Amino acid sequence: MEKEYILEMKHISKVFPGVKALDDVKLQVRPGTVHSLMGENGAGKSTLMKCLFGIYSIDEGEIILDGRKVLFSSPAEALENYVSMVHQELNQVPEQNVMENLWLGRYPMKGGLIDNKKMYEDTMKIFRDLDIDVDPRAKVGSLSVSQKQMIEIGKAVSYNAKIIVMDEPTSSLTEKEVEHLFRIIHKLIEKKSSVIYISHKMEEILRISDDVTVMRDGKWISTRPASELTIDEIIKMMVGREMTERYPQKETKPGEVLMEVRDLSSASKDFSGVNFELHKGEILGVAGLVGSKRTELLETIFGLRAKGSGQILVEGKEIHNKSPREAMKNGFAMLTEERRKDGIFAGLSVSFNMAIDNLDCYTRHGLLNDKLMKADVDKMIQEFKIKTPSGSQKIGNLSGGNQQKVILGRWLLTRPTILLLDEPTRGIDVGAKYEIYQLINQLVAEGKGIIIVSSEMPELLGICDRILVMSNGHQTGIFDAKDVTQEQIMQASAKCV
Amino acid sequence: MRLKMEENKVDKVLNRFKKISLKTLMVDKAIYVVLFALLVVIVVIQPKFLSFGNFKNIFAQSATRIIIALAAGMILVIQGVDLSTGRMIGLAAVVSASLMQQVDYAYRMYPNLVDLPIIVPILVVMLLCGILGVISGIVVSIFKVPPFIATLGMSLILYGMSSIYFDRPPYGAQPIGGIKRSVTSIATGSIGIGSFQIPYLILIALAVCVIMWVIWNKTKFGKYMFAVGGNPEAAKVSGVNVVSTQIKIYALAAVLYALAAVLEVARIGSASNTTGNGYEMDAVAACVVGGVSLSGGTGSVGGIVIGVLIFTVINYGLAFIGVNMYWQYVVKGLIIMLAVIIDMRKNIKRK
Repeated sequence: MEKEYILEMKHISKVFPGVKALDDVKLQVRPGTVHSLMGENGAGKSTLMKCLFGIYSIDEGEIILDGRKVLFSSPAEALENYVSMVHQELNQVPEQNVMENLWLGRYPMKGGLIDNKKMYEDTMKIFRDLDIDVDPRAKVGSLSVSQKQMIEIGKAVSYNAKIIVMDEPTSSLTEKEVEHLFRIIHKLIEKKSSVIYISHKMEEILRISDDVTVMRDGKWISTRPASELTIDEIIKMMVGREMTERYPQKETKPGEVLMEVRDLSSASKDFSGVNFELHKGEILGVAGLVGSKRTELLETIFGLRAKGSGQILVEGKEIHNKSPREAMKNGFAMLTEERRKDGIFAGLSVSFNMAIDNLDCYTRHGLLNDKLMKADVDKMIQEFKIKTPSGSQKIGNLSGGNQQKVILGRWLLTRPTILLLDEPTRGIDVGAKYEIYQLINQLVAEGKGIIIVSSEMPELLGICDRILVMSNGHQTGIFDAKDVTQEQIMQASAKCV
Repeated sequence: MRLKMEENKVDKVLNRFKKISLKTLMVDKAIYVVLFALLVVIVVIQPKFLSFGNFKNIFAQSATRIIIALAAGMILVIQGVDLSTGRMIGLAAVVSASLMQQVDYAYRMYPNLVDLPIIVPILVVMLLCGILGVISGIVVSIFKVPPFIATLGMSLILYGMSSIYFDRPPYGAQPIGGIKRSVTSIATGSIGIGSFQIPYLILIALAVCVIMWVIWNKTKFGKYMFAVGGNPEAAKVSGVNVVSTQIKIYALAAVLYALAAVLEVARIGSASNTTGNGYEMDAVAACVVGGVSLSGGTGSVGGIVIGVLIFTVINYGLAFIGVNMYWQYVVKGLIIMLAVIIDMRKNIKRK
């Protein structure tokens, strides 16, 4: 007899020092389905999955897998019991090749030596089944993020996983790669595996899922078939309040020209021939596929990369940003794409993270004045509604959205006139996103100019005045956000690929 | 609703109390618990250990090591490590000693040298080490050589240089002795406030601690040091000049080594090419026990001072109760491991 649920997690509770991370949560996954787990950052999704996977222990509750009560004490044990997880941050050995990574810890042996031939064949078989086109002998370090992810999925399949957890698998994939991922997920479903899918992308969730479970503040809110749900309903459940608009209304109109970029290229020739004007009070979006060199454009403007040819004029005067320091002097600020990698100082306090760019303002007679610093930091925490017990909290303990607000606060303390924001809302939940949009609107209302790079097209269409499209290092159009469609932007993005 | 919020608040407060329960306290501070236990054992065996004079000795013995550990600690904070600490102290020691010999000493290295005021050799070796520190810093920051290798190379160069410097005719490789009384009295002398005597060494170390504390906590340079150590990529984006910060740290550390070297010459009364050998390991050990993370970005002046004191207490205390010197090494090694084990546990215990 087929059981109704392949996995049941019942009455799960988990307490961390000072916070109840999970409070009587349940999750019921049917065999051969995609079950999406949704909630704002900090809602407890990842914690729940880590409890399932044996990374965290649970304080209360039980886990029933395939009719059997289980409790894994380590990921290895979970894997042996056919539960597998594709992590948000991929844990792979970059210097080893694909198959070595896939069979790590359980290489096929022959006469005391590793049987490379069998390993290759086994890998190929899995890849063929899943329609993955990666050479098992390629070094993992040379692969793209999406390929690495597919290897992880292949690995899960190699363990004959009945449950595969995917934690934000599409956060850095292009649309094409997402389609491929979805095809692979369908194949997994055909093989009667179940997928637990964690993502912030609503459209995707509704497309791929059979069931959706929503969590909020460590509690179970609802589980319903995806076919009955709409995006607005999910958001409402996630944030616990009605959210009539996903993007706040921008009140102000762009003013005079603030910055002019003429025929800009990078020294490394990553991109060339970029021309645009940025007006006071304008939000200019930059759209493009992964690899379109949007980040490189921002980094060149900010002086993190050497400029090749071309000019940058601010209020009619040519400027040369040879280093971030000079860019800051010229009134620029830049929020980088990978918050963890080059944004936050994870081990240091919120106030350190916020004040670090602006120390000159707090220095009196060569010494830092803590009072001035604290006043600014506290003001920002309050203004931005940053959820932190105090400025002395380690920033690493904050949720992604709050970390992003801290870094935005860091840059605003330097009183910039031009903000370059690279994927400012990546990996941030709906509520925090909305707050960041509001902040952005507030800033342009003060006459600042903002350039936003984003891979989420609805976001660009929702908040920008104009959208510049890059394709493989070339500028392929600037559109008025009011008149342009997603299709037109896609076309321009693919023009030079 | 109100009530619920109040309940939440109470919960939070309760949780906070739970957080600092005795158990976590024992885990977090286990190193101090162990050391306290060790101290109790020493005192039980030899109650005289608790005398005021002993503690003064311990502080005085720690003085130079504190200066060295603070210097080496800065380099650890910026994700580096300095293997040349001891050899740089050695070079500074022979150079400063050769400029601080008594005028009537028979084996003067520079027989015709006038009697220099003590500040001159100090400034000379500070400048010399400062330049060498800049070189280490450049190799690490501009040429991107891993600090382990860069400072390993530097330590060999320095050992060679100090050996060449002092192995000179007519006397050959003799320790440079005959250090002026005015110098050696730095190590032996003290300043009296009534009947209360404070050794100069303690005052000097205290002054260095205060200056370092101010630099680490109250200056832009100090904040940049932690930024570069915490996340160099983010520091760069934030307009911090990572390269110059690194070079300055290596240079500042080297200047402190020079000061420490002069104090060592004063204490020992001579210098040779083996002076300072192995000090880097003592410094790193004290830093680690004092809570400086080897992965960079964290550390405090207070922690490092405590780290040094702990080792001196162990050294002194174990010797005081007559423990075999070789066993002392075993105990020290265990304490270093224990300190790091506890540090790692702190990071993983949340799970």
